[in-house]
Amino acid sequence: MSTPRDSVVRVGLLFPELLGTYGDGGNAVILVQRLRWRGLDAELVEIAAGTTVPETCDLYLLGGGEDAPQTEAARELGTDGPLHRAVARGAVVLAVCAGMQIVGRSFPGGSGRTETGLGLLDCVTVKTDEPRAVGELLVTPDAAFADLGRLTGFENHGGRTRLGPGARPLGRVVAGVGNGDGTEGVTTADEADGRVVGTYLHGPVLARNPALADALLAWVVGAPLDPLDDTDADALRAERFRAVEQGNLDGVAHRTWRDRLLRRN
Amino acid sequence: MTRSPHRSELPRRSRAALAAGRGVATLSRAAHLGSGSVIGGKLALAVDPLLLGRLSAGHDTVLVSGTNGKTTTTHLVGAALRTAGPVASNTLGANMPPGMVAALDRAPDDVTAVLEVDERWLPRVLGEVGPAVVVLLNLSRDQLDRSHEVRKIADTWRDALGRLATRVVVANADDPLVVWAAGGAPHVVWVGAGSSWTADAAGCPACGGRIDFSPTTWRCTACDFARPEPAWTDDGTHAVQRDGPRVPLAVELPGRVNRGNALLALAAADAVGVEPATAAPGLRRVREVAGRYRSADVADSRLRMLLAKNPAGWTEAIDMLAPAPRPVVAAINARIADGRDPSWLWDVPYERLQGRLVVATGERRHDLAVRLRYADVDHDVADSLEAAVRRCGTPDVDLIANYTAFQDYLDAVGREP
Repeated sequence: MSTPRDSVVRVGLLFPELLGTYGDGGNAVILVQRLRWRGLDAELVEIAAGTTVPETCDLYLLGGGEDAPQTEAARELGTDGPLHRAVARGAVVLAVCAGMQIVGRSFPGGSGRTETGLGLLDCVTVKTDEPRAVGELLVTPDAAFADLGRLTGFENHGGRTRLGPGARPLGRVVAGVGNGDGTEGVTTADEADGRVVGTYLHGPVLARNPALADALLAWVVGAPLDPLDDTDADALRAERFRAVEQGNLDGVAHRTWRDRLLRRN
Repeated sequence: MTRSPHRSELPRRSRAALAAGRGVATLSRAAHLGSGSVIGGKLALAVDPLLLGRLSAGHDTVLVSGTNGKTTTTHLVGAALRTAGPVASNTLGANMPPGMVAALDRAPDDVTAVLEVDERWLPRVLGEVGPAVVVLLNLSRDQLDRSHEVRKIADTWRDALGRLATRVVVANADDPLVVWAAGGAPHVVWVGAGSSWTADAAGCPACGGRIDFSPTTWRCTACDFARPEPAWTDDGTHAVQRDGPRVPLAVELPGRVNRGNALLALAAADAVGVEPATAAPGLRRVREVAGRYRSADVADSRLRMLLAKNPAGWTEAIDMLAPAPRPVVAAINARIADGRDPSWLWDVPYERLQGRLVVATGERRHDLAVRLRYADVDHDVADSLEAAVRRCGTPDVDLIANYTAFQDYLDAVGREP
């Protein structure tokens, strides 16, 4: 859809005051930096709630948020608005946690009501009796996304997401909960239906998964990207993989008997 | 305020509870498990759940709460009040009821009590203690996987303050969430204590509209919720009281935020009845707060130790650093007490550390290293504090550590100065 480009890549961070609970702005910083380090022009566009959403960004980011702001964000974006037109034009969307829930067909709002989502992904999110999913999440990508490598992050969500026939997951859960049925993440089954990626790997998911960042950027740029020095991210990934293997899913590494006795962490 | 019952008039159950708590605390100390105050207080409260209210009834009480600066401001209020008489306080940051019970148990009858209160516990403690003065500092995101909404805390504060006859609420006029919370109280003294963090107050707590911040003030763009005119401000050298005298404000602790905390402390002392001119010199006696701002010798360097637990705290701590190029050791853990998810690192303006070497350490040093890389900050990684300081290789090094990392280092360098 898009062609190799010579102009500035515009990264739109949607409603940071509504969908920015978990360091979500980090994904925008990461995408812009990875373009600039490669000598490509990039611009970070913060799109405030209540303002007109520009249709001209190349990539849109939706982050995590609480129930009420999440519902407000979905209301503002509507079911046929500027974001839908941008996606139809070929713009890429990364929707994280609450952001993924609202780009689906429906999601549970704060008052227990089912809210209408943007319908960009064929999935529904429901409230179940399961406890809130909080902790490390490790995912093996499906064959179609093998280039991404293992996906690692933290999850913190109450809802469970069911995929329809027009959607497919990013991969299978190794540790954690993800969508709730053993799969994690949602994207369109057919790229012609839009380049929209959703995940429960919350907050700055691209910090731990630079290959995912580059996959999104390659879509935008329309060509493979030169490799970057990801030494720090590689070390972080190795450390997190090790933590999951050791069953250290909650980051509590060195609690001694003394800590336990004093209920100190 | 009523000043009864005195210790000898406490019900038998309360006295038994205190004796049991002291016994356990003594055993705990003997076993080198710590001060024993928290475990002792827990046992005492299990024996007599009404103990906190009964003990505090014998004291004029000042409560200090907020997300950041609680322990420091509690020390500053205590120092200001000590210029006029003895004070009891939970100065080591044990800020839930067991720690408060332990502090009050050690206190002679009638001395003023200054108690730090965890922000989530404030509504309940307000009800039990019935304080003379409440000091409200700030509210921002902290430990995300435990405390889901900062705004909910502001609402619970507002409800609790509206139901109580607290004599005076001393509140930071520069934090919209604090102003919203204090708005429930009948008598508020507004203090222009400053705020370096606005991200959690962008939505108006009154109407949901957008709050517009300028360098000196704020107001909602949709309703009439706005910064109240403060009764106390800081002109850079003096505390200036509207319709009152100017008092020299000298603070040994670093950072603009601590000048704001000192101003709040002075206003709190005034509300208790201690003249600002008397109280202000006391503020200078605070040079270190439970190990924070300490200097210690580590690996042939002089290490200045700063604590920061969340994005607002890190923003303030970065403001306290010696100028570049002095290197910084930054330490991150993600244990339960820190919040298990360090995603908040992306909310900290680490870009401000450009121009100096930053060595990342702590259990989540690699998360920090990635953050520093994207902030274009010259950085390295070290697997211990000592190795990190050695990597800096300068005579003076600043440390910023989050909660459990800081406690570990304090144990390593010795808790006493």
